[in-house]
Amino acid sequence: MPNETPTAPHIASQSTISAEIAAISAQAKAATAAGAPPELQARRDYPPYRSSTLRHPTHALVKADPEEIERTSPAFGHTDVDDYEADLTVQHSGEPLGERIIVTGKVLDGEGRPVRNQLLEIWQANASGRYVHKRDQHPAPLDPNFTGVGRVITGDDGSYRLVTIKPGAYPWKNHTNAWRPAHIHFSLFGTAFTQRLVTQMYFPGDPLFALDPIYQSVVDPAAQQRMVSQYDHDVSVPEWAIGYRWNIVLTGPKQTWMEQDDDHE
Amino acid sequence: MTMSEQTPETTAVAGSVAETAPAEFVQTPSQTVGPFFGYALPYDDGGDIVNRVHPVAIRVHGRVFDGAGVGVPDALIELWQPDEFGRISDELGSRERDGYTFTGFGRTPTTRAGDYTFTTVKPGAVGGADSSAPAYALVTVFARGLLYHLFTRVYFIDEATLSDQAAFDELVEADALLKSVDPGRRATLIAVADGADSYRFDIHLQGESETVFLDFD
Repeated sequence: MPNETPTAPHIASQSTISAEIAAISAQAKAATAAGAPPELQARRDYPPYRSSTLRHPTHALVKADPEEIERTSPAFGHTDVDDYEADLTVQHSGEPLGERIIVTGKVLDGEGRPVRNQLLEIWQANASGRYVHKRDQHPAPLDPNFTGVGRVITGDDGSYRLVTIKPGAYPWKNHTNAWRPAHIHFSLFGTAFTQRLVTQMYFPGDPLFALDPIYQSVVDPAAQQRMVSQYDHDVSVPEWAIGYRWNIVLTGPKQTWMEQDDDHE
Repeated sequence: MTMSEQTPETTAVAGSVAETAPAEFVQTPSQTVGPFFGYALPYDDGGDIVNRVHPVAIRVHGRVFDGAGVGVPDALIELWQPDEFGRISDELGSRERDGYTFTGFGRTPTTRAGDYTFTTVKPGAVGGADSSAPAYALVTVFARGLLYHLFTRVYFIDEATLSDQAAFDELVEADALLKSVDPGRRATLIAVADGADSYRFDIHLQGESETVFLDFD
């Protein structure tokens, strides 16, 4: 992994990274206590995540009024995705290894309205924490019956339902003994392109949250919780799968977007 | 919006679920696309918004640079644009291309060198050909190391206008965004003609010519 591995003398220890995370969290907490609004989003410049150092913009983003093309989104539908793509456990001749799970929820906009008929894509490591991607060479087994890629088109109520395997924790080289909490990558389109979102869904109670600079790049504790799914016994299916629920909220440019919405509904 | 206005069904079910329901429909935070999206997000012909033999096909290409001036080999670029007449497509088929239908959406990963290429058409001005505002496509950048994707626009401005200060000033005046951008940074938003039907648009995540990235919130 050419760009992933810092040269040896610069590899930080977990305690160095944890101290950096703690300092940023304390500063953010103090800012909120002093009246600053909570930070809803990940910080683009988050030094404990070493790869962000040379890749975040240094200029302030330029405010732009979204124009018509930016208030619309590409149309996706059932011609773009096969039904079986929502089940990551049936894409090969045999059953994948690991804990079968159901992940379901709704994709909503900032007003709580469903984001209908839009493309939702996921990808993830297998139960051993290994990605199919060729650049992932860490010594955990690949599963011939699991690729870890799924797609679904949201329903009229914004809902989605995926069947997969619970991913394992994944080792990476941000620092010594760095492990990512188990996560599923999600890619979503909203009703406006400005609502486009790529994120990661986590599992409740993961002991690695506190140590992980990617999770911690969202500094507000309430915002962190919005990335964590919840176990839902009503979703679990007897003798078959454990259920998790995760709702996703896509917001966009509020002012102009409201006008547009009136036109369309 | 308050707690009491959230959808009734999320509050009506088991306690553990009510806690997951977004209290005020606050946006879900972004996380990086990571290094391993390559087997999941790119798809066949993803960068071919039109076929290469389309009569007005153009190439839009460039390199994504990090703050050390090195090409970014694990970025994903998306383009969303109107067609050459300024029409916004609502056609299905961005993922399963038939080679003819214009859907306006393209997606392509960068190469080991950090390069990307789209085949598309020069976008027309939305709202009709007589619009004086310059036409552009919306560009979205995802990459390992980017915790939150970046939006920018690639403007297509003809060379006659680019080489005539008065004409350029007039065009900038007609575009709210170009007008608001520091004049010294405007060039980062404009595609450079680099051959027959070919435009170069490099994306600098940092550095002296850092691209202007947009905030729509």
